[in-house]
Amino acid sequence: MAQAKAKGGAERLAAVALPASGAWLAAARGAALARAQEMGLPTRRDEYWRYTDPTTLTAATAPAAALFAAGDEPAAFAAIDRVTLVFTDGVFDAAASDDPAAAGVELTRLALAGQADIHWARELYGVLEARGQNPVPRPLAALNGALATDGVVIRVTGKAAKPVSLVYRHAATTSDAVLHHIIRLEPGADLTLLESGPGAARFSTVTEVDVADGASFHHIRTQGRDHERRTLTHIFARIGAQARFKSFTLTANGVLTRNEVVMELLGDDSVAHVAGAAMGDGGFHHDDTVFITHAAERCESRQVFKKVLKGGAVGVFQGKILVKQGAQKTDGYQISQSLLLDDDSQFLAKPELEIYADDVKCSHGSTSGAIDETALFYLRSRGVPERLAQALLVQAFLAQAIEEIEDEAIAEDIRGRLEGWLARRMG
Amino acid sequence: MLTINNLHVKLEEEDKVILKGVNLTVETGKVHAIMGPNGSGKSTLSYVLSGREGYQVTAGEAILDGQSLLEMEPEERAAAGLFLAFQYPVEIPGVGNMTFLRTAVNAQRKARGQDEMSSAEFLKVVREKAKALKIDAEMLKRPVNVGFSGGEKKRNEILQMAMLEPKMCILDETDSGLDVDAMKLVADGVNALRSEGRSFLVITHYQRLLDHIAPDVVHIMADGRIVKTGGPELALEVEQNGYADILAEVL
Ligand SMILES: Nc1ncnc2c1ncn2[C@@H]1O[C@H](COP(=O)(O)OP(=O)(O)O)[C@@H](O)[C@H]1O
Ligand SMILES: [Mg+2]
Repeated sequence: MAQAKAKGGAERLAAVALPASGAWLAAARGAALARAQEMGLPTRRDEYWRYTDPTTLTAATAPAAALFAAGDEPAAFAAIDRVTLVFTDGVFDAAASDDPAAAGVELTRLALAGQADIHWARELYGVLEARGQNPVPRPLAALNGALATDGVVIRVTGKAAKPVSLVYRHAATTSDAVLHHIIRLEPGADLTLLESGPGAARFSTVTEVDVADGASFHHIRTQGRDHERRTLTHIFARIGAQARFKSFTLTANGVLTRNEVVMELLGDDSVAHVAGAAMGDGGFHHDDTVFITHAAERCESRQVFKKVLKGGAVGVFQGKILVKQGAQKTDGYQISQSLLLDDDSQFLAKPELEIYADDVKCSHGSTSGAIDETALFYLRSRGVPERLAQALLVQAFLAQAIEEIEDEAIAEDIRGRLEGWLARRMG
Repeated sequence: MLTINNLHVKLEEEDKVILKGVNLTVETGKVHAIMGPNGSGKSTLSYVLSGREGYQVTAGEAILDGQSLLEMEPEERAAAGLFLAFQYPVEIPGVGNMTFLRTAVNAQRKARGQDEMSSAEFLKVVREKAKALKIDAEMLKRPVNVGFSGGEKKRNEILQMAMLEPKMCILDETDSGLDVDAMKLVADGVNALRSEGRSFLVITHYQRLLDHIAPDVVHIMADGRIVKTGGPELALEVEQNGYADILAEVL
């Protein structure tokens, strides 16, 4: 019988010691651990882990990951005026960070917030994650809630003066970092959150974002290049009416990356876009798993995921749009494409639509293909060397995902980064 | 000067022979035309000269100013001064026309050991040449050939030719799909580039393009060979009598 399935990782979960923290956080951790225990840790037998092996993510200790020397590559978002908070292997580095007050938002660290009674934080921590456990269980997100040692706690009431930029450094080859962020945008508020860097040998983040009516949340992230790093991220978002949520992720390298986004559109006339551009060579496994629930009228959601795979790299896309009864005039769009630069690489896609309203427009498409030889020849016939021509076509392929970034300066930073990577790899 | 000797070409994937011994010399500064019925191998000749994959050269050679083309990569042939205006220009979504032009110009300069063109200089030159071809700023910004009309695509080919300043220009059916005005524009663009140091090989099915671009020499191609060579009057003969008479005469 289905129920008889042994709970995965029971021993490991039984041995978990929760970090010390103040009263409300201790209670939230306990509840999160109980959820994880109830669900059990994932194995490849679970429906949404068929394409990605979770073994190294569920193991009690993190596999080692060598550090990557970035060389002359500029730091991400270097030209953007932002408030930077640095976490090295998950530990806040005050000396390397800016004064959080400069962001013009309420901003504290989870490690401190746990001691204080911040009622809105208490109402969010683990709450959106728990909502997001149904219908697809995400036990590793619950485990993150139990174990997170730090993170940021942000509340925004107006327009933030500057983007908040979280910089994740990786210093120890065996580090295992768990961060949990909670973000509340009050009605009409506006925040840009930037994230960059590998974070640790094994790095888990959960971000719970509550976007109230009329608020805008912009999220742009670049995941560090350390070849052997493992990263698991979850974003849980709850979106009110006439609100905007936009998230973009650029990934290059890393032996394992799984980015999950779970969001609910609960108010009418909102917009939610999730996009990703990923590029990997060799031992690279990249998984985007998205679940968008439309529970209100006239909302638009867009998923745009592009992957460039080479040398045996594997790309995974599991994207679902659920349109609930009454969510009329929903506009749901989903596209996932991969460019396979050789025959060894692989793209596995599981696009899903589940619709219970009759007046909706939803589409999805998933393709994988090789580089366009005709275009390649056309470029070369104009004198463009083969590798440069290939780099141009790769950039062109990823451009549609990058176009999802609204801020032109940030988009330019991402484009420049990509161009630099391609020039170094292919030039 | 371009010299093609005894060129035999078959398809790589099939045992289909397309070029069966092409001999042709285009002297520096001259305009040669190749006319011929559909399927005679004109496009194949242009592709083989520019280095497209899928063909196998089983005999013969092609020499451009002392350099043997057939062993070179497509980009090396371009840097050596060869240019092909495609019969079907290729659409490249996501690559801006300007980026494309600039990358190509600078790649060729680099290959020849010249300095790159500065942004300002490039912009000035490209605007000037685009204007002469009635290519507006909007068209320069758009992705390469995406959403271009047939005429716009052909003008864009001529713009690339003008920017790259090749020694040997091959125009493959540049007149196909053009109305009279567009053809005039394209022909003016080509004529503006005619010079002592530059040669042209104008491939066309019809004589009408040659009313605007006056050739020095006209060749007739049939079944993978040049079957007849003459002066401009040969084009008029085709215009009046079609290919049948000429082919009957030589075969
Ligand atoms: N890639 C190809 N695959 C199959 N047949 C081809 C290919 N290229 C050319 N051919 C054939 O070779 C012949 C010559 O074609 P082409 O060079 O396009 O002629 P033209 O340009 O003179 O009309 C035609 O019979 C055409 O069908
Ligand atoms: Mg042809």
